[in-house]
Amino acid sequence: MPSPFFYIFAAMMLSGGLMVIFMRNPVSSALSMVLSFIGLAGIFIGLNAYFVGILQILVYAGAIMVLFIFIIMLLDVKEEESHPRKGLAITAGVLIPVVLIIQLTGVILTNDESPSAPPLTLEAAAADYKQDSVIHKKLISGSLPDVHLIGRKLFTEYNFPLQVIAVLLLVATVGCVALSKKSSAPKNGDKPDKG
Amino acid sequence: MDPAILFLILTTAVKIVVFTFVFTLPIIAYSTYAERRVSSIIQDRVGPNRVGIPLTLFGAKKDIPFAGLLQPLADGLKAFLKEDLVPAHVRKFFFWIAPALTAAPAFLCICIIPFGSSITVFDQPVKLVIADIDAGPLFVFAIASLSVYGITFAGWASNNKYSFLGGVRSCAQMISYEISLGLSLIPVLMVFGQLNLSDIVHSQADNGWTLLPLWNEHGSVFDAAYWQNCKEQWLLMIPLTISFIIFTTSIFAETNRMPFDLPECETELVGGYHTEYSSMKFALFFLGEYAAMIVGSAIIVTLFFGGWSLGFGLDTAISNMALGGLLHILIFLTKVIAFVIFFIWVRWTVPRFRYDQLMKLGWVVFFELALVNIFITAGIIMLLN
Repeated sequence: MPSPFFYIFAAMMLSGGLMVIFMRNPVSSALSMVLSFIGLAGIFIGLNAYFVGILQILVYAGAIMVLFIFIIMLLDVKEEESHPRKGLAITAGVLIPVVLIIQLTGVILTNDESPSAPPLTLEAAAADYKQDSVIHKKLISGSLPDVHLIGRKLFTEYNFPLQVIAVLLLVATVGCVALSKKSSAPKNGDKPDKG
Repeated sequence: MDPAILFLILTTAVKIVVFTFVFTLPIIAYSTYAERRVSSIIQDRVGPNRVGIPLTLFGAKKDIPFAGLLQPLADGLKAFLKEDLVPAHVRKFFFWIAPALTAAPAFLCICIIPFGSSITVFDQPVKLVIADIDAGPLFVFAIASLSVYGITFAGWASNNKYSFLGGVRSCAQMISYEISLGLSLIPVLMVFGQLNLSDIVHSQADNGWTLLPLWNEHGSVFDAAYWQNCKEQWLLMIPLTISFIIFTTSIFAETNRMPFDLPECETELVGGYHTEYSSMKFALFFLGEYAAMIVGSAIIVTLFFGGWSLGFGLDTAISNMALGGLLHILIFLTKVIAFVIFFIWVRWTVPRFRYDQLMKLGWVVFFELALVNIFITAGIIMLLN
């Protein structure tokens, strides 16, 4: 049986998700989304995945949603609150979740046939790592060093994709700066009108 | 219920209550008092030195002043008894929730700070940290990034242009300085190879504090063996000192303290994001700011100044003592209080930055410096191995 915390955080997540849709004020919707993210982070932490849970809060709740709210506040969206709901939007909004739920049920029904990993204790897993490494020591002492394990995987097996993503982000940043930067000196040909 | 789980729940509950309500809240209360007394010393004034036991109320000739030490109690009472005014033009829900959103994250961070080594209760060792998780500094960053919401919502919900500007400023400022805060810490984590704050403090107790490596496994500065084995410690001091300066300055910016208190700068924004707040709601912002300052000091002490360790190889002796863990708590709190006084001192010494200067310092100086610092540390570690 899942622990009671699972139900608490799942309820938090689902209610946050529902409130995103049903709140008329965009800032309230954004805040509900933060609530939903925190619930999701709680579920991750309940699964012993501290690193993923904390990143969920750090990246989504702490950085991306802050920027969302920042922009919504600066724009001061008022019309959205008085807009009537449109038929097409509601139809699409019902249709897509239904497709997703059918897919999800399909996955859950085939659950028994799918191959499962062999059971492995933490002490047995420690044999794969070097004697004096932090991972080995932590596994022997019975705790899961999830940060170290993720770091090891990322920087050994998945090093190349990681570097590619880093370059992609760098390109996006440079592009952002180049697009948003105003040229300080007026170029030849587009001098400001006099009078 | 399983006695081991019951024991865990009970000790955790006791730790939460003691660390939050017995240690942190009184330090917050008395740091407001210290702020006023230190500022008055710096500005050659007297400061609040009167509030004591009001014996004159009961017919005696004189009060007992206690050098004003009961001032925080009087202030707290005042905050509760004042009229709580909610202006008619505010967005009610966000106006109510904003003070709580500012104060709660600061208190949440207390749970990963190691206050002491460990004590023995009913023959079982109890670590003096509420949650001994393997991602301590990341947890602090995650929770601290949530504290942006409180101030931003306060500014926006007040429906007042000065408050709104204060909220927007604080939002931009905290996002900017989070980057240098995170990057400046990477060299420290590279040196320790750890994210668990308890283990970081343990290794500092054995090998010298990060910024004061005056001893290591081979002895202290007075022994010859120390000098043969200390080369890498002193070489690593260069990037670690840079880390410390960037981290401490960014903490000042994250907690909206002088010289970076632009979200509430009186000369431009009346009171900034809390202009429309009164009584206990205003006090909660105050509480949040001071709690964040104390958590910031605690993190700095834990990462750079040895946390609860006394150093010079004395810590194992203290841990073996009957109540050595409590002595460690005292050492830790002394260091934290010293840092809080440093925060106050800086506030009353350095003038406020201009907003563009603040942004330039964050994005142009600290961001790049922290990045370069990571490469310097990596180079030194590679050379020494």
